[in-house]
Amino acid sequence: MIKVNDRDFEWEEGLTVEKLLEKKRYVFPKIIVKVNGELIKKEDWAKTIINDGDDVKAIHVFGGG
Amino acid sequence: MDIKTLRDAHKLLTEFKYELGTVERGYTNRTLYINISDNIIKSKPVTQLMKDKFIGGKGFGLWYLWNAVTPETKWNDPENEIVIAGGPICGITQYPGAGKSLVCTISPLTHIPIDSNVGGYFGPYLKFSGWDALEIQGKAEKDVIIYIDGNKGIVTIEEAPLEAIDGHVISEELTEMYADSEEDKKNISVISAGTASDYANIGILNFSFYDLRRQVARLKQAGRGGIGRVFRDKKIKAIVIKFKGTKGNLNNPANQSLINKAGIKLHKQIHDLDDVQCRMRKIGTANIIEIMDEYDLLPVHNYQYGSHPDTHKIESNVFIEKYITQNMPDGCWYGCSLSCAKAADNFELKTGPYKGHKVTIDGPEYENAAGLGANCGIFDPEIILEANFYCDTYGVDTISFGTICAFVMECYERGIINKEITGGLELNFGNGFAQLELLHQMSRGEGFGYLVGLGVRRLKEIFVRDYGADPNFLNDIGMEQKGLEVSEYLPKESLAQQGGYGLTNKGPQHDEAWLIFMDMVNNQIPTFEDKAEALHYFPMFRTWFGLMGLCKLPWNDTTPANNAETDEPAKIPEHVQNYVDLFNGITGMNIDKHELIRQSERVYNFQRVFNIRMGKGLRKHDAMPYRSMGPVTVEEYESRQERYDKQLRELVGYDPEGKTTEEKIKVMRTYREDQYEKLTDAVYKRRGWTPNGVPTIEHLKEIGMDLPEVIEVVKPHLQQEACC
Repeated sequence: MIKVNDRDFEWEEGLTVEKLLEKKRYVFPKIIVKVNGELIKKEDWAKTIINDGDDVKAIHVFGGG
Repeated sequence: MDIKTLRDAHKLLTEFKYELGTVERGYTNRTLYINISDNIIKSKPVTQLMKDKFIGGKGFGLWYLWNAVTPETKWNDPENEIVIAGGPICGITQYPGAGKSLVCTISPLTHIPIDSNVGGYFGPYLKFSGWDALEIQGKAEKDVIIYIDGNKGIVTIEEAPLEAIDGHVISEELTEMYADSEEDKKNISVISAGTASDYANIGILNFSFYDLRRQVARLKQAGRGGIGRVFRDKKIKAIVIKFKGTKGNLNNPANQSLINKAGIKLHKQIHDLDDVQCRMRKIGTANIIEIMDEYDLLPVHNYQYGSHPDTHKIESNVFIEKYITQNMPDGCWYGCSLSCAKAADNFELKTGPYKGHKVTIDGPEYENAAGLGANCGIFDPEIILEANFYCDTYGVDTISFGTICAFVMECYERGIINKEITGGLELNFGNGFAQLELLHQMSRGEGFGYLVGLGVRRLKEIFVRDYGADPNFLNDIGMEQKGLEVSEYLPKESLAQQGGYGLTNKGPQHDEAWLIFMDMVNNQIPTFEDKAEALHYFPMFRTWFGLMGLCKLPWNDTTPANNAETDEPAKIPEHVQNYVDLFNGITGMNIDKHELIRQSERVYNFQRVFNIRMGKGLRKHDAMPYRSMGPVTVEEYESRQERYDKQLRELVGYDPEGKTTEEKIKVMRTYREDQYEKLTDAVYKRRGWTPNGVPTIEHLKEIGMDLPEVIEVVKPHLQQEACC
């Protein structure tokens, strides 16, 4: 189990930031991702592995119309 | 009809000549008052109190309106005013989004002040013509045009019997009439309404700017709250302004380099990042249609659901690839590189009085596609564009119309109304041609379309009174509050956004606060206190745009590359500093980001007290329809049963196993309504208001909005609350 935005989410082997965002259907283009407090740049999402127990923040920077 | 014939029919009622004056540090220091009952035109000084307490823009508008009306004034009384004002930053060309006008009046929908933020060239031209605001009072006997020549220093009121009323026609006619040449057309801006504004409480104002490349007068809308209805009730056909000589330094700022520096940085950021961020330059606000669908936030079938399998038919790329002309400099004021004022050119209309005409359609904005489209179950981009066009030219608010149309469609599908009542229109979800027919009827003041133009609140009364509808059910599903229709986001799963809609001054319009992602997705504001802080900061921050003559979009529809590394990414700290620099650069003052919020707080609280003065503005007026908070019907609950059952277990401590859907809806409702009440308590406390929503005298003193007339309004309410 991992935390995504302080909510429980099922972890799986080989989970990357990119896969996690796909699973969550987080399609908004301006998302800030931090894993255990460390900022993960967009170009690194595909290769950044998320481990069981990690704390992930996927912050959408969107303030509406 | 040729322009000469139109012009020859004008009858001059009065003429006013004035010294041109100058703009100093963002202000002309005077405003233009026009009374069209008595044909009086005069100049009024801008007082230091106005600048200190109300800053400009909607602050000036609300102050003038307060002084013009009494608690008994109705929207169609002659003393009601329409006030149009930019603000000290309005008219600069170095920073995107700096050409906005703010329009205030007593609304025919809400019977309290409404304010609406609109682009087009009028606001800057008004200032460059020598005026910080335009105040219009009275009612003309016959249709009139007000003309301001900002180079010659002349204002006239003229009877104008022959011009069209529909926005796209009269804007072209008057641009042609008052321009000396094709090149000169860019120096004209026209304010108009449309034929439906003669009858519909959801009337808008169209503000034009001439697009030299397209050779067409483009229209931007002051859309919310029925200002167009007031305009036409006053028998104003149009207000025309002409100003030649726009350049970047006309505000005579105290420190031009501060402004330039902020502008250059933002232009570069938009250039480098917009294509991978919001694509505002390609499609404008419509970039979020499919995103809202993915997050279950797109209103579908009168806000019952948040997504639909057919949304792909109206996703942003459909409009980009098939309809919206690309690579055009679509700013609604000079220097706006965000360029979001998109347009579909050569669109051939299929219905109505302009059937067969090839027109330029301003849009679609996200709200148009969501309201006219998904919320009504319509997933045909051409119907959406055509409805968008007719709303604009007839002078109809696309948001209110979309929400009303969705409401009557649900009533039709549930058998609350039928074909006999609708005059034969089959108002099922998805019937786009029926939607268009409602608009055409509205423009003629006829049939069921006329009733639709009165708004959801009036329709609820009519359906209960005349057709025996259940008032409780209609109050649950009729998405209006304070009389204004809810804009096009589904707030059911975000308590903070329920407050973002409900705990507002003018009604449920998202320009005060849009907190859905911060709350529902990011989970950044989990406690009531967190939500209350957000419902303090963001409405105050956004109010500031309306004091300045600024657009909200360059604040957070583009973000700096390093925004993620800042302490508070949601606030876009670099852009907040830009705004501080713009204000200081223009005025020579030395505010910081805290004083920026304080400036808004004064006006925000003044508007709250204004509402109270008009007999509203209390806690009971901030209640929301339950459709905005949770599932009203069995279908809604069962469509998201897994989510709701989980919430009952985890949040409410209620085991849904073996319970009927009706039982579960009831428990869920009790919980969610209680949450909204607790949120209201927390927000009022944070804003310095009593539990009944009245600003306390201590708070008004602290923020510097303790004018005697303001205290006089709140005092009896505070005494009553203290004693009972």
